[in-house]
Amino acid sequence: MSVDPLSFLDGNAAAGELRELFAVDLTAAVGQCAGCGHVAVIAEARLYVHAPGLVARCAGCDGVLFRLVKAPGRTWLDLRGLAYLQIATPDEADRPPTA
Amino acid sequence: MSWRVATVVALRDQTATARTIVLDVVGWPGHDAGQHVDVRLTAPDGYSAVRSYSIASAADGQRIELAVEQLPDGEVSPYLAHDLVAGDLLEIRGPVGGWFVWRPEQTEPVQLVAGGSGVVPLLAMARSHAAVGSRAPIRLLYSVRDAGSVLYGSELDTLSRRDGGLEVTYAYTRVAPAGSLRPPGRVDVSLLAEATWPPVDEPTCYVCGPTAFVEVVADLLTAAGHDPGRVRTERFGPSGGIR
Repeated sequence: MSVDPLSFLDGNAAAGELRELFAVDLTAAVGQCAGCGHVAVIAEARLYVHAPGLVARCAGCDGVLFRLVKAPGRTWLDLRGLAYLQIATPDEADRPPTA
Repeated sequence: MSWRVATVVALRDQTATARTIVLDVVGWPGHDAGQHVDVRLTAPDGYSAVRSYSIASAADGQRIELAVEQLPDGEVSPYLAHDLVAGDLLEIRGPVGGWFVWRPEQTEPVQLVAGGSGVVPLLAMARSHAAVGSRAPIRLLYSVRDAGSVLYGSELDTLSRRDGGLEVTYAYTRVAPAGSLRPPGRVDVSLLAEATWPPVDEPTCYVCGPTAFVEVVADLLTAAGHDPGRVRTERFGPSGGIR
């Protein structure tokens, strides 16, 4: 499939869907691409929303980082393109007023 | 996080194609400047469409303000920009997004770079900066088609008159108003050098606009020597087309 090179959004636009699944905001987490090793904040990933669901791709190599697909009553989340996620877990006293 | 019902309490035209929507959201937990909400519209047959809109307002109780630019082929934006009236209810989810945000405890210089309606979350940052009396130096470079397309122009004027307030530079891409110092054109290396904080000041840069604009500006900033970790971006898609 050919994709307009500038049709993508970025990880920021996945914040709402991810926040339905996780207790923390994953777009501010740092992730490593399992393909090329590029390390970046999820918000800076390229997000394609024209597929059925969301596809996030590495800004370094364009490899798929994660895919999220919803159907009535179910959500599939494929994270195999991420080697790891580093999530800030500040101590209670350091936590910003809103999350 | 689940969907909430928001009540439309006011609507204000910003330009010929954009308007501000003020919502009252019972139980709104507050938000950081730069965060957005997802808006869900559901048709009588059950078909629903979700779009993300940046919050234009600084934290203010359970009031939030969105600004919506109408897109010719939009599925959601024509309804929001035209048909919505005060008293209508909208489903929203948010606030979401914890990366493209400015928080009052940040003391480093702030560089905002807007392409078109990408100014909306940056306005929230400038409003928040003024509301808390931040001393962090703050500049906005606003790339916009022509004077008639400027969103929140009078408020940006007001913010820039405040002592230690926002410094605003307009970059008109199609038609520059009479008396402009520069001919119309896109943001380039020389304009960035002239109108934005230099890398040596270690600003945090926030770039928001259509994808092509953000790609170009972010590359120019990092090529100029800004640490890529200090260049935060938010993309709208092809000329905002996804919204």
